[in-house]
Amino acid sequence: MTEPLVTVTSAAVLKAVTRDGLADGLFADWRRTPDGAPRPDFPLNRPDAAGRAILVAGQNFGCGSSREHAVWALVANGFRVVIAGSFADIFRGNAAKNGLLTLQLDERTLADLHESLAARPDAVIGVDLEHGEVTLPGGERAGFQVDPFARRMLLAGTDELGYLLGHEADISAWEASHPAAVATSAAPTP
Amino acid sequence: MTHPTTAPAAPERPRTIVEKIWDDHLVAAGGTEAPDILAIDLHLVHEVTSPQAFDGLRARGLRVRHPDRTIATVDHSIPTTDRRLPILDAAAATQVSRLEANCTEFGIPFHGVGSPSQGIVHVIGPELGLTQPGMTIVCGDSHTSTHGAFGTLAFGIGTSEVEHVLATQCLLGRRPRTFEVRVEGRLASGVTAKDVILALLSRIGTAGGTGHVFEYGGSAIRGLGMEARMTICNMSIEGGARAGLVAPDDTTFEYLAGRDHAPRGRAWDEAVERWRALPSDPGAAHDRSVTLDASQLAPMVTYGTNPGMGFDIHGRIPDPDALPDPSERDGLRRALAYMDLRPGEPILGHAVDVVFVGSCTNSRLSDLREAAAMLRGRRVADGVRMLVVPGSSEVRRQAEAEGLAEVFRAAGADWREAGCSMCIAMNGDELVAGQLAVSTSNRNFEGRQGRGGRTVLASPLTAVAAAITGRITDPRTLLA
Repeated sequence: MTEPLVTVTSAAVLKAVTRDGLADGLFADWRRTPDGAPRPDFPLNRPDAAGRAILVAGQNFGCGSSREHAVWALVANGFRVVIAGSFADIFRGNAAKNGLLTLQLDERTLADLHESLAARPDAVIGVDLEHGEVTLPGGERAGFQVDPFARRMLLAGTDELGYLLGHEADISAWEASHPAAVATSAAPTP
Repeated sequence: MTHPTTAPAAPERPRTIVEKIWDDHLVAAGGTEAPDILAIDLHLVHEVTSPQAFDGLRARGLRVRHPDRTIATVDHSIPTTDRRLPILDAAAATQVSRLEANCTEFGIPFHGVGSPSQGIVHVIGPELGLTQPGMTIVCGDSHTSTHGAFGTLAFGIGTSEVEHVLATQCLLGRRPRTFEVRVEGRLASGVTAKDVILALLSRIGTAGGTGHVFEYGGSAIRGLGMEARMTICNMSIEGGARAGLVAPDDTTFEYLAGRDHAPRGRAWDEAVERWRALPSDPGAAHDRSVTLDASQLAPMVTYGTNPGMGFDIHGRIPDPDALPDPSERDGLRRALAYMDLRPGEPILGHAVDVVFVGSCTNSRLSDLREAAAMLRGRRVADGVRMLVVPGSSEVRRQAEAEGLAEVFRAAGADWREAGCSMCIAMNGDELVAGQLAVSTSNRNFEGRQGRGGRTVLASPLTAVAAAITGRITDPRTLLA
């Protein structure tokens, strides 16, 4: 996968003022024909795709989608986990900031997973974040690596902002010993 | 010779300016697993990357921790035409009104359309004296590195991080590595700061500085004024570095003295003393370094679709087949196809449709003075559209007062209101597919200045030379 996730025109994306409004932008050019009709053969358009939380993709997922809009579009569609062979760096960082787990599998395991999903689209995949293990539809397990800090945030049910807010005492202590560098509301007086 | 009665204290490990600023702002060290928590002195906010962040605050019932360390303006999506008219693009109008409402709700000083201080965020921060040495500055915009010209650690952040800073005045981050860029010697006449940064990018590529902060130094950098230093720091991100900076010196202090938000009286003297301690200590280690010989540099232009694809204006278009790496070969082939350029041909003399002088890279008074000096008494060539877009309303006023605006108008250029304009083409100022622009902005990506539009990045002098002749021209041939 090397195509942008959010394939509406960049100017339109950049003028969006909400996160939820991006749900329809996900894979827009793949999901719909140029006149706006849904393509029935695209997996996300199948009736049983509703409510799915895990997206299984290919290689270099998120390449060309370095803005957070791409992650918001996935989250707005209900996805919690993306499984891929590799991820674009900035996309992976943005995913971590927005509670979306990016799970990397080796090429062989990923190919097997695609094969079993093609045969049984309703197969269940288990993700055990604590032990860094994914349970594939056939019951076999595969290990995965995850950034330790991202893992800690997800397991604690929090995010980076929650982590920062948890350091209120440190922030207040630093501020008490460091006067403001500038005040934007008023210029200094002589 | 007398001997000290006590042994001197063990010397501290020499530190770079980046390490000093990081240490000064370290709220909590993260250790091996977690990132550090870094305090942010100043947060610049604009209409494009902020609305979702304010929504996030409301969803969690949070307030802005320090509205008085935050400042907002509109720049990206606003028209640069007559300011008395309403914004016709509904999405842009919504962004602008949403920002104003958010600033009112959270108590953030806001410089909207019509404010004398409105302008591109990276132009107004320094102009107001808010950008000061040793600070940490962030903004939801890649070109926040501009502020590094003052010896400031300034970098762009994403919308989630905008929310983090609004709520906590802090950010998570890992201590960056440093990359020393020395530019030694004298720049020839007609060769400017823009040529220096384009030369650096052509040498190290767009990923050369990834994970690093550039520290620019050397005699050529010391000889530059603050606005030229801003031009160089501005494009640090195009070399993969999130930030770039120049250690403060007397040039920095002279620029700052007397500006609205600069310290005054005794506070000024104390600040200058603090700022003088910021430059990297002798012997401080950088992770990487590169040296450029300023005297060897010529006017630079880009020929491709990233800012690293640049060369001496007398260069010939490189041949993809000569590149050993297959992905680079494909990249160059695709870039040349997009630009409609052929290997081996010169770029000099190539016809130009549009000339854009503006953007946070080159829209300050010194840029406009240079441009006007070359354009004075001459005309924009028939068939060429030239836009001159000042970086801020203040720059616009000064350019009007100095008679620069009149030079642009008399030459047939379009003199506009302040904003980002054709640099990002979000506001209606854009190229038509197939048009080629010589632009003083910072990015030449496909479609950046309008779908199908082609961008040649260059200095203001090179841009004006193209406007006068209608062709890509060495500006040194037109210097008085």
